[in-house]
Amino acid sequence: MNIPKNLKYTKSHEWVEVIEENKIRTGLSDFAQSALGSLVFVNLPEEGDDVTAGEAYADVESVKAVSDVNSPATGTISAVNEEVLDAPEKINENPYGTWFVVISEVSEMVELMDADAYEAFCREEE
Amino acid sequence: MKTKGSGNVELKTPLYECHVALGGKMVPFAGYLLPVQYTDVIAEHMAVRKQAGLFDVSHMGEVIISGPDALFNINNLYTNDFTNMQNGRVRYSPMCNENGGVVDDLIVYRMAADQYLVVVNAANRHKDVEWMKNHLKGDVVLEDLSDSYAQIALQGPKSREILAKVAKEEEIPAKYYTFKECITVAGAECLVSQTGYTGEHGYEIYCKPEDAPGIWNALLAVGKEDGLIPCGLGARDTLRLEASMPLYGHEMDDTISPLETGLDFGVKMQKEDFIGKKAIVEKGEPDIKRVGLKVTGRGIVREHCNVYIEDQKIGETTSGTHCPYLGGAYAMALIDKAHAAEGTAMEAEVRGRKIQVEIVPLPFYKKS
Repeated sequence: MNIPKNLKYTKSHEWVEVIEENKIRTGLSDFAQSALGSLVFVNLPEEGDDVTAGEAYADVESVKAVSDVNSPATGTISAVNEEVLDAPEKINENPYGTWFVVISEVSEMVELMDADAYEAFCREEE
Repeated sequence: MKTKGSGNVELKTPLYECHVALGGKMVPFAGYLLPVQYTDVIAEHMAVRKQAGLFDVSHMGEVIISGPDALFNINNLYTNDFTNMQNGRVRYSPMCNENGGVVDDLIVYRMAADQYLVVVNAANRHKDVEWMKNHLKGDVVLEDLSDSYAQIALQGPKSREILAKVAKEEEIPAKYYTFKECITVAGAECLVSQTGYTGEHGYEIYCKPEDAPGIWNALLAVGKEDGLIPCGLGARDTLRLEASMPLYGHEMDDTISPLETGLDFGVKMQKEDFIGKKAIVEKGEPDIKRVGLKVTGRGIVREHCNVYIEDQKIGETTSGTHCPYLGGAYAMALIDKAHAAEGTAMEAEVRGRKIQVEIVPLPFYKKS
């Protein structure tokens, strides 16, 4: 299980990269992509959409099922990774290099874990 | 050996340990623990289309109907006509209730004029056995031998080559929907039929439970160089959907008649009688039709999605998924006959969103 030390993680298996004080980039962790299986569709919000910490802002679909992706923060979508819409398999191939959105004007965040805490959390989930 | 469970505990098939050793992700299905996948559903699906895949189908039910009145009962219980059947042949049939709805779909193997092996869906096995026992007439015996059989399906273009490494070529059934009994596969006595649920050339191998792991491991060993891999329930479903094969509980159930769901080929109305014939005659021409939908918009359309033409609901999907070989999402639906023309553009409602779909001919995929 790959868990980069420079990122933070949520309980619903999203990774968070803090770019600036109120600006984050986020995607799905290795644990998440492995559990979901081969992804074939991704639905993302648009630039300018508001998102709320802990609530679903996107969904990913594998052959078997669709899963919500939760926003780690309350804020506004300032960038969307269009590449992911055409090639969802990149999430499986390179989960930490395939970001979903950048959220700016962040006013609130869900509880974040560092790499060690997340590793322990994942072990318990298994 | 299959062990008896109690209450909600799932049963293990004779191949359980093999699946765990291969890294199978075990899930409950029809009262058994079975692998949904070993590596990846898409990889397993593509292996069956291009080389070969191996499936544990031991959960299926097997019943023997024998006696002087066996044929009479087979013809009465099932909608197809079994009169002109030879030994060594297999035939598919729906089994209806008195209302013309489907109790199950199954396949019948004729072993002798007075002996038939009937293979039923795992989820319906107990229901089917009780139903059949309650409707038997005359001098006939029905035995539920499901726990005495294990079953392995070997499917794909390379399946014959692979099977020929562990069985004598001349003993392998040469034609589709035929079978041979008492042939030796990897040293064990088996019944082998050229049947399957994937849309590819393939075989279903019936054996004693204690012989299953040996046969399973032998096939994987000799088939490795041909690209044979074990495949789970996930791929089993995407393969059958891509080949547009119906699944009980989806394309038909006890409220849907076989004619409504396009199984006319398995319903022989010229038979003097069978359970459900009267009701089917009374219902007349079906108002609904099973169609194939190609998803032209974005997303996967699965079962129980309403289908609309300009805000008017005209039917509902029965199954649907991403089809890896075809590279897109497809679904089957039961819709008003009036709108069932090929090429008709419609919308399926998925989680509150309307996705464009189009009627395409069935089957979606046919092997070359």
